[in-house]
Amino acid sequence: MKIKIPKITFWSSVFWVIVALGIYSTILRFTKGLGAVTNLSDEFPWGLWIGFDVLCGVGLAAGGFVIAAAVYIFNLEEYKSILPSAILTAFLGYLLVIVALLFDLGKPWNIWHPIIMWNPESVMFEVAWCVMLYTTVLALEFSPFVFQKFKLEKPQKIIKSLTIPLVVAGVILSTLHQSSLGSLYLIVPEKLYPIWYSSNLPYLFFLSAVAVGPAMVTIESYLSSRAFKREIEIHILSKLAKVTAVALMVYLVLKVQDIINYKLFNYIFTLNYEAIMFWIEFSFGIILPIILLANSSIRNSKKGLFIAQLITVLGFILNRLNVSITALENYTQASYFPKWTEITVTLFMVALGFALFRFIAKHLPIFPPEAGEKRKLLTEGFEVISIKEVFKEQN
Amino acid sequence: MKYGILIDITRCIGCYACEEACAKRWGNPITEDHKLSSIQNTAVIDYNGVYVSRLCMHCEKPTCASACPVGAFQKTSLGPVIYDPSKCLGCRYCMQACPFDIPKYQWNKLNPKVTKCDMCYERIKAGDVPACVEACPAEARTFGKRDELIEEARRRINENPETYYPHIFGIKEVGGTSVIYLSDRPMQKFGFKANFPEVPLSLFTEQIMSKIPGYIFWGGTLLFGIWWITKRRDEVQRLQKKLKEMEENNKKENEK
Repeated sequence: MKIKIPKITFWSSVFWVIVALGIYSTILRFTKGLGAVTNLSDEFPWGLWIGFDVLCGVGLAAGGFVIAAAVYIFNLEEYKSILPSAILTAFLGYLLVIVALLFDLGKPWNIWHPIIMWNPESVMFEVAWCVMLYTTVLALEFSPFVFQKFKLEKPQKIIKSLTIPLVVAGVILSTLHQSSLGSLYLIVPEKLYPIWYSSNLPYLFFLSAVAVGPAMVTIESYLSSRAFKREIEIHILSKLAKVTAVALMVYLVLKVQDIINYKLFNYIFTLNYEAIMFWIEFSFGIILPIILLANSSIRNSKKGLFIAQLITVLGFILNRLNVSITALENYTQASYFPKWTEITVTLFMVALGFALFRFIAKHLPIFPPEAGEKRKLLTEGFEVISIKEVFKEQN
Repeated sequence: MKYGILIDITRCIGCYACEEACAKRWGNPITEDHKLSSIQNTAVIDYNGVYVSRLCMHCEKPTCASACPVGAFQKTSLGPVIYDPSKCLGCRYCMQACPFDIPKYQWNKLNPKVTKCDMCYERIKAGDVPACVEACPAEARTFGKRDELIEEARRRINENPETYYPHIFGIKEVGGTSVIYLSDRPMQKFGFKANFPEVPLSLFTEQIMSKIPGYIFWGGTLLFGIWWITKRRDEVQRLQKKLKEMEENNKKENEK
């Protein structure tokens, strides 16, 4: 018998190093407590795991509901080919958010408590229910691919008949969830730095999620087209980019309105840490992607679109970290920087996301059949995910 | 009947007897930190010889109770805000939300709790006064009904206007607190924020939370409506296409 030795590539070794460090941090987290693995403190009770894993994780999963709404509610059939991968991305995103919460919660075994212990006044209660319900909806939306694989026709039929109510529920829950993550910060008007506090926070969070959803779908399509040697659906992704651009434009208007209404000129035109972070976020996260995406030649080039949407995603991440960390540093008079074990857990989540996506995409029919056949031919001689190639070709 | 504690900063002598009594009441070790922490539910902080007692403010409409997803915090009818660790899931939104930064966390425990003063709820229920009030030799902390404490505070200001800064902290701040402060200078000098709104902070989230049921109803209806219209439009377009084809076929046949 021939034993295949997997090729050791740079990215696969990075992956395994992350997994090893992640497991180490996980063991430490659950044997020594939060204090041992995080730089969280009474002054800074929320750190990277909330700011990135949860706030960004949920936002980056927004592609699921945006594409589902386009395909089923607005009957835009052309987007159907990218729907399965968008749903999968969203589903994995939400699962990883829940896993990240298990790390972050002080008593993770009580995570189910909001089901029976109600406090409808609490934004966190809304967040908890949205996570639970929307993850269920995503699981159901994704289930047909599992049923298809195992040729279970009856459940497949049942789910198919429920498609529209499921999609409607998914869109409602997503809008609620995306916005509620912004609402969380409404209760700290005296703590949040004025640049980021606004009664529009829920709307801003929702709009930026709508913008970043298609961006994530684009990035995911781009990477998987390379990993699975598929043709990239540039005509669809280019149209989707308009959704991002429009959502960002509305966001821009709302943000400018906030700057005027809350009289923020003094804050944004002083030279301090917060103002610099704001301008980076504002110019590179909002203005630059709008300019790039409004340009049709950039929108229609694979690389141009990928880079533009990558900037959208990075700008989004910066926004969430600014709201959850930067905006609180002035009030607490303490600075927070995550401990290395916090960072490795976060990287662990991201790596798990990549690995799970690749595994599922390989085994379930989430890409359109034509592409699937093509892929079959290529399965041999195909070892580790070629993220390496993706980035090599990028340079 | 709502109870509260009046803290008169001008009277505190900085003997830390309250800290000791509090530590004893909770079974905590005695520290020299004089800082609120997971082992200190009250602390006397030294601002250049002026001693400022800190403890949970026991808000009339507590932000923590509004923020907690599982209702682990509760404003009791007697006044204290109490915490039930068996409900808590450890999301720490209470710590984030509290305008006075009162809740602390047992970061190094595997079954961590949020810690804060409960105004010695058990003692009050039994008709006793809180341990810190009992221990205070200078009567810097007075326990009583909140209304009467406010009266008392006003009386002290009127009798000694030159000693006191004419503002009772806690009557209106964030909707009122059960622990109220008298001082010779504004509380902002002691690390309290100057920009407390006079309404409960939960109002800011309530405004958006109250929109949810309406949104679910109208949003759901709207989405179904759009689906119905776009689906119908699709069907009509398909039928029209078919009709055209049939007409063209007929024409061709007629021509033949």
